[in-house]
Amino acid sequence: MLYSPAPLHIPDGFLSFIVSAICWAISAMVLSVAISRTNKSLGEKQVPLMGVMAAFIFAAQMINFPVAGGTSGHLLGGALAAIVLGPWPAMVVMTAVIAVQSLLFQDGGLLVMGATILNMGLITSVIGYGLYRAVFGRSRRVKLVVAGFAAWLSVMAGALATALQLWLSGTSNLQTVTLTMLGVHALIGIGEALITVAALTFILQTRPGLIGEGSAAARGGRGWALAGIALSLMVVLLSPFASANPDGLERVATDLGFINRGQSAVYNILPDYTLPILGQTPLSTIMAGVIGMLVVLAFALLAGRSLQKKS
Amino acid sequence: MHSDAFDRYHHKHSFIHRLDPRIKMVITIAFIVSNALLPDGAWIAFALAWLFVLAANAFSQLGIGFTFHRSFIAFPFALAAITVLFSIPGKPVTSFQFLMWNFTITDAGLLRFVSIVIRSWLSVQMAILLVAVTEFPKIIHALTHLRVPAIITMIISFLYRYLFVLTNEVVRLLRARQARSAASAGQKSGGSLQWRARIAGHMAGQLFLRSYERSDRIYNAMLSRGYKGELMTIHPHHYHASDWLICALSLLGMIIMQLTGRL
Repeated sequence: MLYSPAPLHIPDGFLSFIVSAICWAISAMVLSVAISRTNKSLGEKQVPLMGVMAAFIFAAQMINFPVAGGTSGHLLGGALAAIVLGPWPAMVVMTAVIAVQSLLFQDGGLLVMGATILNMGLITSVIGYGLYRAVFGRSRRVKLVVAGFAAWLSVMAGALATALQLWLSGTSNLQTVTLTMLGVHALIGIGEALITVAALTFILQTRPGLIGEGSAAARGGRGWALAGIALSLMVVLLSPFASANPDGLERVATDLGFINRGQSAVYNILPDYTLPILGQTPLSTIMAGVIGMLVVLAFALLAGRSLQKKS
Repeated sequence: MHSDAFDRYHHKHSFIHRLDPRIKMVITIAFIVSNALLPDGAWIAFALAWLFVLAANAFSQLGIGFTFHRSFIAFPFALAAITVLFSIPGKPVTSFQFLMWNFTITDAGLLRFVSIVIRSWLSVQMAILLVAVTEFPKIIHALTHLRVPAIITMIISFLYRYLFVLTNEVVRLLRARQARSAASAGQKSGGSLQWRARIAGHMAGQLFLRSYERSDRIYNAMLSRGYKGELMTIHPHHYHASDWLICALSLLGMIIMQLTGRL
């Protein structure tokens, strides 16, 4: 069978009722805006275009490439959809894809579908499109590199959101689940970034009018850039907090009444991931996170440059 | 590839197959919600829920173990819950050493872990049964009647309709790549990882363009047949007395599960 399940699809039973309900509420609110916006911009063409594009994302997830040792990478598609279709349509399209994966293939639960939509459809669209929107008017190389970084970060953001939901449901230990989720998806995200950049390069070469500035897909306002950057910063700030300094977040969650039984740390996977100059402060972990992100961005820049040379 | 490769429907003549799709959808959702609301360690309630699944399997004539055999899809995700084994404070059950760390499984952690896995395992079986006894277009139609926005359900039915078409397109792309990926004996082939990823990306871009153009054609064809932004269907739905009876009995069963789980 060609269809391969993605690791961000949470099955039923792993999120508590209250967390599932809150995620459904958020997703439903955002989606209702997304539906009315796409309806306004596309009119009656909305259904056939969005429907076939949803089938495209579904089918594109089957295009795999061998990585190493029998494993293979494939696309998740949130960022790519947001860049080629625009953010609101991408949200609707990703929702349809997630709904079919869950209903037809049981890849992801029904009660937790609100959370899956939030993690894989909404957050990925905002980050994917927002960061890309922020560099409109720049050279093609900059846009492609940022698109790759946005694709990587959107996967990381989805992973972080999943980890936080699992922890709030009392299903996982915060530090362990964040570290594993982010660790695994840092690699998956690189595949996502490479495929997204290559797909965009191809589309820009063959049909530049389709996704360039002024096209239907690029109608999102500057607010998207702000939203994308804000959400990305949240991911960058929250990740080191959750993985290296979980106590603060745990206290907040206990105060809010999410978790009533305190969970102790399992073990320390990494020696505290801080900067020696700043000592053991939250600021230090945040700085460590930011520096980590910059290293990855630099890596993406280099990769983008070599891609540009070859193609 | 066969045109029903994605179909999960198993045709039988049981009363569960004949049940109104809306009722089946409601029962499935209610069952999953009921599982989520059961407290940890409600073993009798879990057993009742399992009996419910087994009964539904048996009544649908698919064989009593039908969903059981397909229910392991969610198991890899149990890894995410494994940390609760060690992280919830409680009486130590057993402990072992792995590399340089000491792990201690507590009774409270074990209880939580097993409860999470059971809830997930029961819920996924119900979802598997739903698509096995209901044609997918009928599920989508039922969702429309259950107040899911029509735009979403129409897009989903389009996705379902063109899934096979675009998958065939992917199969062609993959076959073309394979046909051109020859390697001489004893030599490393396939290029660098980055190169392979780029080829996959180009294929995705290619697929996007073909899908985009196809959606244009489809839209034009629909316009030519008088499409005005709404899909017309002839799926008459009537609730029968038996539908309501089964719905009521199932919901009653779930109330009993909740009561036994909480008392």
